[in-house]
Amino acid sequence: MTAPTQELGSGRTEGQRPAVRLDAVSKVYGRGASSLLALDKVSLDAAQGEFVCLLGASGCGKSTLLNLVAGLDRPTTGSIDTGDRKIAMMFQEPALFPWLTVAGNVELALRVQGLDRTARRARAAELLDVVHLGGFAKKRPHELSGGMRQRVSLARALAQEADLLLMDEPFGALDAMTRDLLHDELERIWRERNLAVLFVTHNVREAVRLGDRVVLLSSRPGQVIEDYPVRLPRPRRTESADVAELAGVITERLKEEVRRHGR
Amino acid sequence: MAVDAPNRLNEQIAGLDALEIQVKRKRGVPALLWGRIWPMLIAVGIVLAIWEGVVIAGFWPEYVFAGPFTALGELADRLGTAEFWHAIATTMRRGITGFALAILAGVVVGAAVSRVRLLRAAFGSLITGLQTMPSIAWFPLAILLFGLNESAITFVVVLGAAPSIANGLITGVDYTPPILLRAGHVLGLRRVALYRHLILPASLPSFLAGLKQGWAFAWRSLMAGEILVIIANQPSLGEQLHYARELADSARLLATMIVILVIGVLVDVLFGVADSALRQRWGLDQRIG
Repeated sequence: MTAPTQELGSGRTEGQRPAVRLDAVSKVYGRGASSLLALDKVSLDAAQGEFVCLLGASGCGKSTLLNLVAGLDRPTTGSIDTGDRKIAMMFQEPALFPWLTVAGNVELALRVQGLDRTARRARAAELLDVVHLGGFAKKRPHELSGGMRQRVSLARALAQEADLLLMDEPFGALDAMTRDLLHDELERIWRERNLAVLFVTHNVREAVRLGDRVVLLSSRPGQVIEDYPVRLPRPRRTESADVAELAGVITERLKEEVRRHGR
Repeated sequence: MAVDAPNRLNEQIAGLDALEIQVKRKRGVPALLWGRIWPMLIAVGIVLAIWEGVVIAGFWPEYVFAGPFTALGELADRLGTAEFWHAIATTMRRGITGFALAILAGVVVGAAVSRVRLLRAAFGSLITGLQTMPSIAWFPLAILLFGLNESAITFVVVLGAAPSIANGLITGVDYTPPILLRAGHVLGLRRVALYRHLILPASLPSFLAGLKQGWAFAWRSLMAGEILVIIANQPSLGEQLHYARELADSARLLATMIVILVIGVLVDVLFGVADSALRQRWGLDQRIG
């Protein structure tokens, strides 16, 4: 079987409405002299089935951006259009509910969708199998390792049957080997479900490993400064030479941006 | 080779999971119970020894301050009388009724205050103020309002316990971790569903602490009430204390006090069991080492 690798990167077809479109989105925190411009006229879009990594140093407002798309906060000016797409979000912490079992956490997401008990149980078991946690359904979140909890969190996000998946540094707190495995997992699930993904990270290699595009944001205020298409064939390896090469180019640009703040 | 790749991935994931999952050593129930009971037995032994020591020292005559053997002997005798059990039943009935009403009042007030900002501003500090008010200070008013009857006692028990319960709930709602609230919002939980599936379960530990404190206040108020408000032909623990003092029956007085203490400890153990069960389920009980 020959996997279509190149086409995925150029998933944006003309005329098709993007899965998410940000149009001149600004976000100001506070008022008057102490106000902070977190995002300054950010325009960005991602097609259905496209994996977009948002990359930036501290203070670039990348988490703010995801919160706005998720509806956890409102933009000060500008508009965000996600159509009537369902949105799921993963955080850096697993944010699982400690009073529920692993399966219970996934089932709660299904319950909100209105599934009945039998359907919930069956679907939760399927989703836990997808993230290779079928044998841990009855465990409590605290009994699992960090990487496993994050996979439960992924299963819970998938349970929402969302078209758009927002990920806020979801693997930032994990060790390298676990992170590698989760990259493979996430890539597989993203392809199978044709998800649009906005993936926030400060890890350049992670961004290149996963993204169809890597969008570089400046800091204070956050603005889009570069939009790198990643035309490397998949599956990619974080430690491969072509990933390292592009990551090197992006890192240089990022360092330049960071230096600007030291002057 | 190409077929092997996904398999290898699965094995790698399973291997990491197996390495990372915690292995717990479980102690048997008898060992667990014994571990909790023997320190208590030592404490009881020390208290009895000090008590006996004071009696032997002879600061007071035996009929004013009976020794542990006399008091425990009296207690053993009274265990066989119907009046004793009647007294315990009356007191427990009052305690449980008052506590149940206090839970009802506390939950209603707590839910309203935690939910409505204006109510919070108006009544938030008043509730904390009520908590510090000695419940015995309510009795003159309660007796004026209801007369010397059980309603007066119940009134004060509810007023003693409800503020703690309401405060427990309010604290729990306030301290719902923001990350869980965000996760709940993204999952689509709103309004009633948000309370039912997220905020109420998240506030359970704090609510339980409020219940425990509420019971302590209820029990104190009840004892004060039973000593002040004596109802004819209705033996209760407070009433027994009152008459034992009137009759200068030191052994009986101390025996009744022991009963009150034991009931207090037993209820505390119940709350302790509920609390540690909750902690274990939530993974809050992880100790270092």
